[in-house]
Amino acid sequence: MEIKCHKVASGRASGPALVTKDAISFLGNVDPETGMVVDPAHELFGQCIAGKVLVFPGGKGSTVGSYVIYQLKKRDLAPVAMINIRSEPIVAVGAIISGIPLVDRVAEKVLRLKSGTLIEVDADRGLVRIFGAD
Amino acid sequence: MPKNQKPLAMYLSREEEGIYQGEKGETLRRMMEILVALGDIYGAEKLVPVRSVQIAGVSYKNIGEAGLEWISDLQGRVVVPSILNPAGMDLCRWKEMGISEDFARKQQETIEAYRRLGVTIDCTCTPYQIYDSLASQGDHLAWSESSAVSYANSVIGARTNREGGPSALAAALVGKTALYGYHLDENRLPTSLVEVEAELRGSDYGALGFLVGRIVKDGVPFFRMPGRQPAPDELKALGAAMAASGSVALYYVENVTPVPPVPPGSWQTEEKICIGRKEIDEVYSKYSGSGADVVALGCPHCSGQELEAIARLLAGQKVQKELWVCTARKIAEEHADLVAAIEMSGARVFCDTCMVVSPATESFDKMMVNSGKALVYLPGLGGVAAGLGSLEECIDVALGRR
Repeated sequence: MEIKCHKVASGRASGPALVTKDAISFLGNVDPETGMVVDPAHELFGQCIAGKVLVFPGGKGSTVGSYVIYQLKKRDLAPVAMINIRSEPIVAVGAIISGIPLVDRVAEKVLRLKSGTLIEVDADRGLVRIFGAD
Repeated sequence: MPKNQKPLAMYLSREEEGIYQGEKGETLRRMMEILVALGDIYGAEKLVPVRSVQIAGVSYKNIGEAGLEWISDLQGRVVVPSILNPAGMDLCRWKEMGISEDFARKQQETIEAYRRLGVTIDCTCTPYQIYDSLASQGDHLAWSESSAVSYANSVIGARTNREGGPSALAAALVGKTALYGYHLDENRLPTSLVEVEAELRGSDYGALGFLVGRIVKDGVPFFRMPGRQPAPDELKALGAAMAASGSVALYYVENVTPVPPVPPGSWQTEEKICIGRKEIDEVYSKYSGSGADVVALGCPHCSGQELEAIARLLAGQKVQKELWVCTARKIAEEHADLVAAIEMSGARVFCDTCMVVSPATESFDKMMVNSGKALVYLPGLGGVAAGLGSLEECIDVALGRR
């Protein structure tokens, strides 16, 4: 299945989805040394975002979150791609400075995808491909 | 490099499109991508050239290792005059502030990384006090520090949003910013009318801003004030406090600041707020300075006039408590005689930094200030309780008279 989307940060990557309906504050919610979600109040608590296609509504919290995304990327602990319902500046800037493909303006049904579903994000063509969901 | 998809709605000139496609290298491509992404998020029509940039993300306390890594990795040169927000310490006298060697090294590395990009190393929240050339009425800017943004928009009549670190740096390297928010007339109309029913002076403006920011949040207040007109330093204090207790980035004062971008009488506000002496005095009594073990002045950074007032009040006396005075290095250099006079009392004049962004505040229990902005931020960011008083009261506490 292919879904149209809007490119925020360029690039193309695929991986298993990690899906949450909670917004993410990269400063505070995610440990930059391990890529683990460390906020017990977050739906993804205890999960690792490294290598995943991270699907979440959008970012929140401190603007330092942009730099945390960059730090994760340098340690090979970042998501391979990200999908938002609506990107805000913290995640948008974080993805761009880190070279992580990011798209938004997708239908909310992507938040109901099962974690683990294989997804490809092709930001340059404005497409999300969901495998095994036809 | 894959061909970049056209942005949704934003118009890019041929040159901008080329940068977006990577014709001028990877750093500029990503910087242009930041400007376009933000423009798309906020519905900007196009980019607009900026006259100057003030870059956030300087204090190592705020950006940490993550931010330092990013800035150090960048390759490029700024193309418009660009200066910095305050750092986490006085770049020369950090030892006297009780800053650790580790922190100092990381802070110096951060400054060096900016220097390599061609940024002028002035670390201040009051760029308008040191350079006239950075902003005039009608100029588009990309400034970061909230009180500087408020002053530029309101008192100078320039146009800027409050930029984050990467978006400011993107504007500095590209020389442009996306045209949205406070760059547009439609977002510069007053939203609240504030009737001030008392004659105010000095720190009263910080208390007023503290109150009004909490009420209007991200609105645009229009003040009517009777009698004496506020001086530039008082407007600086008013805007700084509103940007801290709310997120006010633009305000008007009748017959004092530039006017709204529409004919007089053609705008209306939904909200009317009245503030009198009673409300102002309640701020002082609720946040009293009693029990303070340190006094700090210069949030936002002291002007020459403020240094002069402090020097006059301290003349011939010795402080009994720590007294810190924060200012921009260029201001301190221009007024070396006043700095020397202030330090004769045992007080210290620190440059490049302030009590809000430096980790040095953490070693105190309660800090007395004359700033509505510092009053808001110190408990959360500085880990220290805060009390508010006039400049004279602050000096009295430092001298052990109260």
